Amino acid sequence: MNLLRFITAGSVDDGKSTLIGRLLYDADAIYEDQLQAMRRATRFSQTDAPDLAVLTDGLKAEREQGITIDVAYKYFSTERRKFIIADAPGHVQYTRNMVTGASNCDLAIILVDARHGVAEQTRRHAFLAHLLGIRHIVAAINKMDMVAYDEEVFYRIAAAFKQFAGRLDFDTLHFLPMSALHGENVVLGSANMPWYKGPALLPYLEEVEVENFRADSAARMPVQWVIRPQNDDLHDYRGYAGRISGGVFHLGDEVQVFPGGHKSRIERIETTAGEAAEAADQESVVLHLTDDIDVSRGDLIAVAAASPCMSKQFRARLCWMDDEKSLMPGGKYLLQHHGRQLRCIVQTVVDKIDIATLETVTPGAVQLNDIATVDIRLAAPLAFDLYNNNRSNGAFILIDESTCQTVAGGMIVEAL
Amino acid sequence: MKQSLSHLDRLESEAIYILRETAGQFDRPALMFSGGKDSITLVHLALKAFRPGPIPFPLLHIDTGHNFRETLDFRDQLAAQTGARLITRHVEDSIRQGKAIDPKGKNASRNALQSITLLDAIEEFRFDACIGGARRDEEKARAKERVFSVRNEFGEWDPKRQRPELWNIFNGKVHPGENVRVFPISNWTEMDVWQYIRRENMALPSLYFSHRRDVVHRNGAWMAADPCLNMDEQDTVHSKIIRFRTIGDITCTAAVESDARTVEDILTELRNTKFSERGARLDDRLSEAAMEERKKAGYF
Repeated sequence: MNLLRFITAGSVDDGKSTLIGRLLYDADAIYEDQLQAMRRATRFSQTDAPDLAVLTDGLKAEREQGITIDVAYKYFSTERRKFIIADAPGHVQYTRNMVTGASNCDLAIILVDARHGVAEQTRRHAFLAHLLGIRHIVAAINKMDMVAYDEEVFYRIAAAFKQFAGRLDFDTLHFLPMSALHGENVVLGSANMPWYKGPALLPYLEEVEVENFRADSAARMPVQWVIRPQNDDLHDYRGYAGRISGGVFHLGDEVQVFPGGHKSRIERIETTAGEAAEAADQESVVLHLTDDIDVSRGDLIAVAAASPCMSKQFRARLCWMDDEKSLMPGGKYLLQHHGRQLRCIVQTVVDKIDIATLETVTPGAVQLNDIATVDIRLAAPLAFDLYNNNRSNGAFILIDESTCQTVAGGMIVEAL
Repeated sequence: MKQSLSHLDRLESEAIYILRETAGQFDRPALMFSGGKDSITLVHLALKAFRPGPIPFPLLHIDTGHNFRETLDFRDQLAAQTGARLITRHVEDSIRQGKAIDPKGKNASRNALQSITLLDAIEEFRFDACIGGARRDEEKARAKERVFSVRNEFGEWDPKRQRPELWNIFNGKVHPGENVRVFPISNWTEMDVWQYIRRENMALPSLYFSHRRDVVHRNGAWMAADPCLNMDEQDTVHSKIIRFRTIGDITCTAAVESDARTVEDILTELRNTKFSERGARLDDRLSEAAMEERKKAGYF
């Protein structure tokens, strides 16, 4: 059984929480005592549809204000697949949470209120999904019950969505008319929309193919920990522990270790299940090299045939996430790439992107939820890939050293 | 050509990544060991993450003094087998020092007092990261917690000031006095844990499996008949075939009637149950926001 991680995004009151509640409820992933707690919380009568939002709004403030203020993760499985949902809030001020949730997902469900059509937030969420490297989109046109299940409305919204999403070049873009509240086209189909011939959401999610396994990219492994027991039995043992971030390593492969640049070959691969001849993307392994070269935590082991970029400067897209301070051009930050932290200067703000129009605009101050292109200079050389080629090896965060807060997420677009 | 990883492989790989990241980023981590299946799973994962080397951090057990004998025996056995260093700190001592007040009354539980003893232990050993077995599927406040969850010097969790956590980049940078709670199996469900236990053939305390035990009925649940429950003449002791679905302090862990004698039986039972795992935890029933309030105050 494999795993699909997806994010749900939409504007305020598009019914995200209701949709997730409905998915969980109709997929039998809600226990009786949770339903009872929900009924107690909302005092709803047995005949009404349950207020499924109560299931996902986990914090007191959210229940009081009836809003979702943080990413919530939910889990369920069917016979065919295991699912992890990141429920990202739709409020403008919480876009950083959408970016956070999307960074680990392979598919995004973007909810559109059938009464309002494509809104600025819809464009924003589609763009953010694209920016974070999500290749698969389900556009769920929700609340079809409020527009009399009108086919025309559905196709009009789908056309408007396609018009701007066309530029974003997704691998799959599926449109689905839905009423999450009434459970239509969520797990089961809808008798009210016979004109829709496609699958309901859950059957679609069970089948959709996403290449979350990046075996075709160049092999990389950031070293997290050097295992050297140095006891009598194992005094020659020296293994490099880490998780493969793209590609496949094979025994005998020639590799290069960055930033040092030394070359060697893979002598041994230990996976969690034992010795192996090869190991692939996302596997936590221990690699052994044929040569006794200096390798430490923070280094990157890469297949020599396809070297990563190695530079002290690059251009990146930043999503600014600090609500207290805006980006200081020329300011110093701590940059974290995998587990390695090093100092950097954000030298130039090249441009900013207007999320509503997807146009680049001349840069002003870069504040919370802004997306900007910046040039970054590092205190030491870094081995990286472009985000489009390797999501995990092209991503980084910026940390404000005075507050220790994560202030930005970054995606490398170009080595300089 | 290699196939895509199964869901258990992916979860295992992620947990090991997080454990190695914790060892790499922090000077003095500890693994909070409760004796329950989730923390036993963590120990198993930690062994895999660092083998053939030793686990590079101690196990920390906060003992309320109201633990099952089976839990404590299992704990000692596991520590001996794995060679891990075991640190135990007692709620009893916090009470004796006047830092905690032993709750009175029939349904008294020392569960919440564990936070006080835990914070003292963090201070004593200057732990900068405490690894815990909490899972996001357990409870809706936990569903919003980060893998690296920063606590202030009072151990408090501020859900509104959580750091964004992107990709697999975990920011463990903290100010002096602050520390981080690390949850490597955040993305696992109860079912995943049991499937993993089966796959890895892991040993567990006998409490998880069906057995006959003297129990009393409290607040709609079966509780082990034990002196720490403050039993009186209104309590009738019954002998029942039960098992424990979660294991914590005796005073807050309810038993379920069950014939599940093996891991396989338990997996079958879980597929058919109508009740959530924490439905058997009295500590979560206190109010709609019970877990959130305890977490804000420094709970695991």
